[in-house]
Amino acid sequence: MKTETKRNEVQQAAGQRQSTSYAKKELMTGSRIIIESLIREGVDTIFGYPGGAVLNIYDELLNYKDKIRHILVRHEQGAAHAADGYSRASGKIGVALVTSGPGATNTITGIATAFMDSIPMVILTGQVPTNLIGNDAFQEADTVGITRPCTKHNYLVKDIKDLAKTIKEAFYIASTGRPGPVLIDIPKDITSSVTEFEYPADVELKGYNPTYFGHHVQISRMVNEILKAQRPLFYIGGGVILSNAGTELKEVAELLDIPVTSTLMGLGGFPSEHPLFFGMLGMHGTYPANMAISNADFIIAVGARFDDRVTGKVEEFGRDARFAHIDIDPSSIGKNVKIDIPVVGDVKSVLNSMLEMLNGKNKEIESGRYERLKWLEEINAWKYEHPLSYKMTDVIKPQFVIEKIYELTGGDAIICTEVGQSQMWTAQFYKFKNPRTLLTSGGLGTMGYGFPAAIGAQVARPDKTVFDIAGDGSIQMNIQELGTAVQFNLPVKIAIINNNFLGMIRQWQELFYDKRYSFSEMNVNPDFVKLAEAYGAVGLRATKPEEVEGVIKKALSVKKPVIMDFVVAREESVYPMVAPGAPITGMLLV
Amino acid sequence: MDKTHILSILVENESGVLTRVAGLFSARGFNIDSISVAKTLEKNESKIIITTSGDSYILEQITKQLNRLINVIKVQELTDEDSVVRQTVLVKVNADETTRADVFRIKDIFNGRIIDVSKNSYTLEVTGSEKKIESLIDVLKPMGIKDIVKAGTIAMPRSKKSS
Repeated sequence: MKTETKRNEVQQAAGQRQSTSYAKKELMTGSRIIIESLIREGVDTIFGYPGGAVLNIYDELLNYKDKIRHILVRHEQGAAHAADGYSRASGKIGVALVTSGPGATNTITGIATAFMDSIPMVILTGQVPTNLIGNDAFQEADTVGITRPCTKHNYLVKDIKDLAKTIKEAFYIASTGRPGPVLIDIPKDITSSVTEFEYPADVELKGYNPTYFGHHVQISRMVNEILKAQRPLFYIGGGVILSNAGTELKEVAELLDIPVTSTLMGLGGFPSEHPLFFGMLGMHGTYPANMAISNADFIIAVGARFDDRVTGKVEEFGRDARFAHIDIDPSSIGKNVKIDIPVVGDVKSVLNSMLEMLNGKNKEIESGRYERLKWLEEINAWKYEHPLSYKMTDVIKPQFVIEKIYELTGGDAIICTEVGQSQMWTAQFYKFKNPRTLLTSGGLGTMGYGFPAAIGAQVARPDKTVFDIAGDGSIQMNIQELGTAVQFNLPVKIAIINNNFLGMIRQWQELFYDKRYSFSEMNVNPDFVKLAEAYGAVGLRATKPEEVEGVIKKALSVKKPVIMDFVVAREESVYPMVAPGAPITGMLLV
Repeated sequence: MDKTHILSILVENESGVLTRVAGLFSARGFNIDSISVAKTLEKNESKIIITTSGDSYILEQITKQLNRLINVIKVQELTDEDSVVRQTVLVKVNADETTRADVFRIKDIFNGRIIDVSKNSYTLEVTGSEKKIESLIDVLKPMGIKDIVKAGTIAMPRSKKSS
């Protein structure tokens, strides 16, 4: 009882101090400093899992129950992916809290996933007490060493006086420039020792100063070249979404009638049903997108990074084109493809500058319009020549499931994906309308990402319908998070495209290994319906095409997590497909 | 065309910064031919001099990737023409009655010093350009080199000539 009263007093004190702002410096434990700092960064949600080294922080967390919501995951990897999904869905910084050693190492895949896709995240890991560091202590791992190559930056806090400053810097670094995950490793003794708390107002980082505004001369060169181009093309990527530049992009594209094609990460950055949009490009890109990129005379890459899954044989990519590249990260520019006009800057800001420059150039805009419309017609012809398609039979086709999900959600849901065939069919057949509605591991290609990410997204956006479109393989990589979804009433809808195969592996083995299906068949899967029920979720199954709609409708009507087990055609493949390393005009069509 | 490049990297003197820089080179498949690190006069700053090889594309990549590191303040390429470049070497060479005079003469030619002497060996300290160090080694080899230690290259830009 006594401790309880004490806690209440502490809590009240915390409340008062907030209202008197920073006037007086107060003595605080490291644990409280961490939470007070998080609150000052606007954090109201943490995804985490307790353990020995973070017990002090967890104890303090109880005092802040009304200010910070803690979502208890079932595996630390889930915490990292959920924080990532939370960030992608909301644009805010996702926060994960885990213990030392295995707690930290379990987050690595989640951190690497966020790093490859430039997702702003802060990961707090516990560490053994400072006097034990390097001693091979219980649950000790060199977390800063292990995460160095997969974080934007990381810290080991060795002195409690650096704690608040470090948190401030971490949030600043995670969210500015090219965003990314930042990890803070905090030894246990730091969380219990005491110091004066003052949250710094600013950060001072000598070696970090991202460029937001593009160089005027470069932007103007780019604008002039666009106006002269006869076959210009936007190639957009995740940068459009991270920079919240969808509106500006649409304005420029519409003003000039420039066709748009997108990477996987850029989907939603431009409305998919827009007449200027021709879908995803690359290995599983649409025929018109890949033909357009190969025939354009001027390509404007916007927040994209010329990944090998996009370019195919890099020498042939945009073979007739000159390139402009807008990116906030100078190291992305010219890395894989030679760029004629580099523009370092924030996508949104650069597009705004373009709009300003175009304002008043009506004559130039109109004089090139005829050529550009002719080009648009050419791309449309490719589109009608080879549209995305599949054949209906009496078994369920995966593409049909995706189309039905699109239809029944009105394209308004947040769609998370796992990795593989189900991911590619989602990219092809779900027509994304808005930014931040496709959450997918594009760079690292992490199976097991989608479901915990969906949990994070649902926490961030309780108003939205959130789907995880999964395969029977990838869903099992983080299936334990069903417990999290049920516990926190997160009505995520899991659609399993169940072909009892690691489908994309099977497809490659079919095409490139003489159908030698080496260990790609999932001979034993759980009964997903019963599995859902065992967790207290809802399980549904469709085995015939005519059952698909009913199952999705049923799932949408329940306010609980749902697994939909769609038993689909076993050996369906994703087309078009470009063989790895081949030019992207070399598409295998259906 | 692969060429040797000297990079002068100014960093914040924080723990792990050398690992960040070295880790970047290995992770991205760049080479480190030599490395030398020391504090500068500025508090909390160190300078890393790395010699690496590669074409201009690789060099641009290295520079850009280094600049991405939060603790890296400045990256500068130092070319032979615009900078002074030095290497230091310690060589323990056989020096018996037959060779002692030769070693002594070579030391003078190369502007070196003898810093340790034993019955059978002299240890030479020589500083100079990489070429000079190489030719020193060539000259000493026939006499029998017992041990050799080279320091990483150090370099700084030449002062601007007022013309």
